[in-house]
Amino acid sequence: MTALVELADVSKYYGNVRALEGVSLEVHAGEISCVLGDNGAGKSTLIKIIAGLHRHDAGSFTIDGEETTLSSPREALDRGIATVYQDLAVVPLMPVWRNFFLGSEPTTGVGPFKRLDVRTMRETTRSELLRMGIDLRDVDQPIGTLSGGERQCVAIARAVYFGAKVLVLDEPTAALGVKQSGVVLKYVAAARDAGLGVVLITHNPHHAYLVGDRFVLLKRGTMAGSHAKSEITLEELTRQMAGGSELEQLSHELARTATPEFPGGHRPD
Amino acid sequence: MSRTETSPAQPAKGDERLLHRSLARRLMGRPELGSVVGAAAVFLFFSIVAEPFLQASSLSTVLYASSTIGIMAVPVALLMIGGEFDLSAGVMVVSSALISSMVSYQMTANTWVGVGVSLLVTLAIGAFNGLLLTRTKLPSFIITLGTFFMLTGLNLGFTKLIDGTVSTKSIADMEGFASARALFASHLTLGSVDIQITILWWLALVAVATWILLRTRVGNWIFAVGGNADAARAVGVPVTKTKIGLYMGVAFAAWVSGQHLLFSYDAIQSGDGVGNEFLYIIAAAVGGCLMTGGFGSAIGAAVGAFIFGMASKGIVYAQWNPDWYKFFLGAMLLLATLLNAWVRKRAEEKA
Repeated sequence: MTALVELADVSKYYGNVRALEGVSLEVHAGEISCVLGDNGAGKSTLIKIIAGLHRHDAGSFTIDGEETTLSSPREALDRGIATVYQDLAVVPLMPVWRNFFLGSEPTTGVGPFKRLDVRTMRETTRSELLRMGIDLRDVDQPIGTLSGGERQCVAIARAVYFGAKVLVLDEPTAALGVKQSGVVLKYVAAARDAGLGVVLITHNPHHAYLVGDRFVLLKRGTMAGSHAKSEITLEELTRQMAGGSELEQLSHELARTATPEFPGGHRPD
Repeated sequence: MSRTETSPAQPAKGDERLLHRSLARRLMGRPELGSVVGAAAVFLFFSIVAEPFLQASSLSTVLYASSTIGIMAVPVALLMIGGEFDLSAGVMVVSSALISSMVSYQMTANTWVGVGVSLLVTLAIGAFNGLLLTRTKLPSFIITLGTFFMLTGLNLGFTKLIDGTVSTKSIADMEGFASARALFASHLTLGSVDIQITILWWLALVAVATWILLRTRVGNWIFAVGGNADAARAVGVPVTKTKIGLYMGVAFAAWVSGQHLLFSYDAIQSGDGVGNEFLYIIAAAVGGCLMTGGFGSAIGAAVGAFIFGMASKGIVYAQWNPDWYKFFLGAMLLLATLLNAWVRKRAEEKA
């Protein structure tokens, strides 16, 4: 079975900065591929390539078995790749139903009387959110009044409704509390069960292990590991994610400085 | 934005968590509220202090003054909802009139040629503003401040170069002057009230702008590019085209206003128009448009223009020194914006 999206040995350079080098990733229908990495590991660069905001410089990017270079977010959307960004998913002051259809508004009527199909927009927003298990109080409220988790869910429901085959989620749980994160992960799983291929970007191995089917670890722009869920335990994933031996070193250092001899942090030697 | 027609469609499907929102609460969520309260207050005030204010003839004078501001305030409001400013709007009106007059005078003997050329050139100036903004990504304040001074200089420079004085020559004896005047500067009588045609232009523009904002895809895009341009771009909204279109909308209204100036006064003073851009921005802001974009209404801007129409004429009827108008303008801007901010906070606290 061909992957929905496959990256093989993809690299991206910004001038003389190596943002990403030799990264491979497969996304299959009905599966969640997690991309894990610390800050600066190249996660955002990877997303931007898949979402069509940046072009890759080397390696191959195939969609449905066909090699591609995306030139715009619109093209990515047309090819069935929807990206939900952590901070720029919605327009806060606009009502939920206007946000839901933003950029793909349905219209009725012809010529100068062509207008938004407001009734359909309202009802569809309500029913689609309900189908994803989100029971919204009022589709007319500005989306900025929803909680962070609810906003992510609306963005996910929107992508599912518009027929996305691949859903890319940029740190959907990063700014959320424990309970809210659980809610969002539930909708991620719901999208997977609906047959979408999901790319989940996160730096939280616990969240990733709960829902992920395969894991790609990034470190300083290169691939530090790629595992199927059956090949790895949560402990091992956490250890690799945190830098493995670096973590042991860190715990060692932290243990020694538990009672600081030199509070100023300056050691006279 | 359009809460008006929720209830008839689905009254049975109410949510039990949604407490009944009183009419007052719902009204408070509307962007126009501050301006409507302000308009009522100003109307009351001048009804008391200026006796001739309530006569029918005064009403038509007030409406005429409001319409000359209002024609520009509407597209400026749309632009502000889209998150941008246009400081060149005031002098662009005069540029448009000058182009029309000079093309007619120098090139042909038919005013309609000038009117047509003026439309094209004015739209091009608007597009230039928009293109410069979207290409350079500089703040619109800087871009349009630049075009404001450039246009001011061009207006004076060209007029002196071509006509030798600071005002244009009369074109009243030319072919097409009467018909152009009928379209841009005539007036009709309704009962005892004299209606200037600019009032019809104004109302038509408000209607079209409101329709665009609330019921078309473009309207959705205008709110989105002002509210969060990056999010809009990410879901496929043509941000660049929307912004350029908004600047061309301002240019179109500047053309209408410019032709009105030309065909009602015949000769144009090339130094006019400076400072009017602030009137338009103030009317839009009083009408509930957020300075940061993403929120506002065309009707609010129209009410804002009406407030200033009432004030500018009301001060005359009260036989005060017209200098007080400027003070009033500033005070009204502060009061209305404060009221708008307060109302919005109350409305969003728990709707």
